[in-house]
Amino acid sequence: MATAVAHEPHEHAHYTTTGLDHRKIAIWAFIGSECMLFASLISTYLIYKGRSIVGPFPHEAWTSPDGHVFKPILNIPVTSQSTFVLLMSSLAMVLALAAVENRNKPKPARITLGYRILSSSRLWLGMTALMGATFLGYQAFEFTSFVHEGLTIRTNLFGSSFFTLTGFHGAHVTVGVLWLLTLLAIDFKRGLTPKDALIVDICALYWHFVDVVWIAIFTLVYLIK
Amino acid sequence: MATTAAAPAFAPGKAAEYGTSGVWSWITTVDHKRIGALYLYTALFFFLFGGIEAGIIRWQLALPNQHVVSAEMYNQLFTMHGTTMIFLAVMPLSAAFFNFLIPLQIGARDVAFPRLNAFSYWVYVLGGLFMTIPIFFNAAPNGGWFGYAPLTTMQFSGGLNIDFWVMGLQILGISSLAAAFNFITTIINMRAPGMTLMRMPMFTWMAFVVQFLLVLAFPVITIALVFLLFDRFFGTNFYAIAAGADPLLWQHLFWVFGHPEVYILILPAFGLVSEILPTYSRKPLFGYNVMVYSGIMIGFLGFGVWAHHMFSVGMGAMADTIFALTTMLIGIPTGVKIFNWIATMWGGQIRFTTAMKFGIGLVGLFTIGGISGVMHSSPPADLQQTDTYFIVAHFHYVLFGGSIMGIFGGIYHYFPKITGRYLDEKLGSWHFWINFIGMNLTFFPMHYSGMLGMPRRVYTYDSGQGWETFNLMSSIGTVLIVIGTAIFVVNFLRSRKHGAIAPNDAWGAGTLEWSIPSPPPDYNFAEIPVVTSRYPLWDLKSPDKTAGIAHSAPDSLTITDAHAVPMHEETGGKTAAQLGIPMPFPTVKPAIAALAIIVMFSGLLFMHVGKFSVAMAVTLSGAVLFVGTLYAWLTSPLE
Amino acid sequence: MSDHGHADHAHEHPTWKQYKWVAIILGVITGIEVWIYYTPFKDSPYFVPTLLILSATKFVIVVMFYMHLKYDHKLFRALFTGPLLIAMSTIAALLFLFINRHHAVV
Repeated sequence: MATAVAHEPHEHAHYTTTGLDHRKIAIWAFIGSECMLFASLISTYLIYKGRSIVGPFPHEAWTSPDGHVFKPILNIPVTSQSTFVLLMSSLAMVLALAAVENRNKPKPARITLGYRILSSSRLWLGMTALMGATFLGYQAFEFTSFVHEGLTIRTNLFGSSFFTLTGFHGAHVTVGVLWLLTLLAIDFKRGLTPKDALIVDICALYWHFVDVVWIAIFTLVYLIK
Repeated sequence: MATTAAAPAFAPGKAAEYGTSGVWSWITTVDHKRIGALYLYTALFFFLFGGIEAGIIRWQLALPNQHVVSAEMYNQLFTMHGTTMIFLAVMPLSAAFFNFLIPLQIGARDVAFPRLNAFSYWVYVLGGLFMTIPIFFNAAPNGGWFGYAPLTTMQFSGGLNIDFWVMGLQILGISSLAAAFNFITTIINMRAPGMTLMRMPMFTWMAFVVQFLLVLAFPVITIALVFLLFDRFFGTNFYAIAAGADPLLWQHLFWVFGHPEVYILILPAFGLVSEILPTYSRKPLFGYNVMVYSGIMIGFLGFGVWAHHMFSVGMGAMADTIFALTTMLIGIPTGVKIFNWIATMWGGQIRFTTAMKFGIGLVGLFTIGGISGVMHSSPPADLQQTDTYFIVAHFHYVLFGGSIMGIFGGIYHYFPKITGRYLDEKLGSWHFWINFIGMNLTFFPMHYSGMLGMPRRVYTYDSGQGWETFNLMSSIGTVLIVIGTAIFVVNFLRSRKHGAIAPNDAWGAGTLEWSIPSPPPDYNFAEIPVVTSRYPLWDLKSPDKTAGIAHSAPDSLTITDAHAVPMHEETGGKTAAQLGIPMPFPTVKPAIAALAIIVMFSGLLFMHVGKFSVAMAVTLSGAVLFVGTLYAWLTSPLE
Repeated sequence: MSDHGHADHAHEHPTWKQYKWVAIILGVITGIEVWIYYTPFKDSPYFVPTLLILSATKFVIVVMFYMHLKYDHKLFRALFTGPLLIAMSTIAALLFLFINRHHAVV
């Protein structure tokens, strides 16, 4: 009964039950797992809040037994800046995706500078990566100054849970930046067309999620005492 | 039907240069059926290994005051028996069925991400070896399968044993998570036209729920293990009591994972039984909708019961009460399934094949395990039961009487589909009965020794406490289990080459996988069928069975794939190339990526033997290898 | 007719104007959060709930608009909401379980 049916080359793409791409479904499932990953890290941080026996502490000063005075170690003004940068990087990401999706749309009669800026996927991918890297730069600065001020990952419960939580987040940002740079390289090499919108979208979903996790961390770790 | 002609080998794929036989073809395969076979063989090997560990335990405990093994070795044995059985045997046996069966049951040609699928397997087998080999060097994990910190911190467990455990589990978690993303996508997105979710076979449904449990539970143990790893290697304070750490943090994080984990262990077996009982009762499953919803409820509620493993730690009356209530609640959807299975058999034309015996065995034995489980759900009662052999009895009834029985039933039922030959029914009957008697003889007495106060995890016990008889009975029962299992191994090995040839539809079943040849060609379906009910094959061949079930007419469905055709039995004989079906390329990259991960973790071990620079070098090389392989993998086309 | 596996990217899209407003709103909310941190409001019992509500709002906005869950196939909403609910319940449960556990140092 198996008649030899003439099939077109595999370009015709595979049947799917939902009409959606496999990879998009997979990235959302992955994001679901990341919710639980960060929930565990955040829970531990919150459970251990206020339970460190020795300082430095996040929001209060501490005098060590040998008389050294430690200021509250978190720096809200500086971290607000990096938070803002990461938040705006999501805007850049969204513009990058839009630029790729709209690449083949008919151009307006008069091409303004504004139009050229908005439609450059290279610019926006680059900006997103740059802002992500800036965020990481702030983190590196923060981590090294904390270490100088006497807080390491081994110092106390706060140090362990803080560095692990923000470190895991930073590692996720790093992976995102590398991913963005890879897309940027592809864009330079052969150009990203609307057919590539999916892979840019998947990177964007990952990136936005990493941003959203930071929204939670910034509030729960930095702003709430 | 009982000819002695050779069953057809796996039909040749496109990339002839990788061959269809030989070790290299197995290392580079991305075919879900082959990967399923790899899981099956590997998991059965680990099942035997874990069984030997249990055998030595029972030898030690057969009589009081024995010293067959030292206390230290005994700790390694019970730790590895549990870890092996849970992570290296039962879960991968389920994975064997996920791999082999899901695409066939939904009318797909493979899973959504074939190379990721291969990757999951290689990570599993390498991670399993990573954790198993140390026992030959007296360095096996020895902190229990649940590895409670602070006992497992450097302060109290300074050797390499726990390092192997932490990293081994971390590695295995990667395997399971990757597979979960794969199967979720496959089940959502690759069902044949007309196969709505409520027409999926029950095994695929239970597998679907399990994938979500994996996705949500494994990240939690990942973090618990990260904390322990960091404490052991980098001096952090997560479990350091002197720094103010809470001794319950590990327990909560572990059991938030650990409880969904036990549903991960049982639901696939439930799914297999829901395939077996209807087939051999020649009746559709009773209450399909309820079976689906109860499976979902069990999965969902399973996240709300975890602290019933901690009734003795002093959480307080409020916490104890809440978790007692949720635990009692979860007995309801589970009990519902038992009744539905019984109703499925009621009034059916029962054929007592080996698979059916195992299926019915699960229904009975899991019920016993469930009853003792409900007994544990009361905190005051549990205060007596916890940490005694009463608990050991409970979980062996649900895991051996439940998961293992279901899995063996699945093996007898699906062996013809996988290999094209039947397992011998006579040997199967011996296997079942000897194991059934052996299992009950081993584990039922443990209810008594537990009630009489025999603690868990003791390497020996003194006489005169009333425990001797029960322990001796358990050890004799173990001998029976060994014999029964040996019969199975003989049956399995012989039937691969000499079993009776099986047709497409080996048992008169109703679902899609039985409409294609046994074993299936590499492309599974020459033509993707349109599905109009839950039992497409019964619709075709025995419509009287499914007269009472909702159907849709084939042409009332919008056929969204122009190449899908009405449901029919396929006779095979053509290659993918002849049919114009593109097949994925075999590739070694997933195996290399898996190896790279093992190398990365192994590097860390050198830190604990004082060789820091070696550790850095090895871990870094592993990382470079991993990133490079990943890059090559992602930039090469699938097909 | 046939949607062969190509992600039919939402028929509606947020426009550039909407993206701009989303960014502005996110920035403003963040600004408010940081600002109230430096006012006496930070000692009020409403401080923490207010912050949580503001952050949750940012969270939802990013997910609905930037991750365009609002515009996409309902499947993705289900795939995200389930895990999110379980994650939040787990955090809440763990916090309640640890809330009164203070130990003397051994």
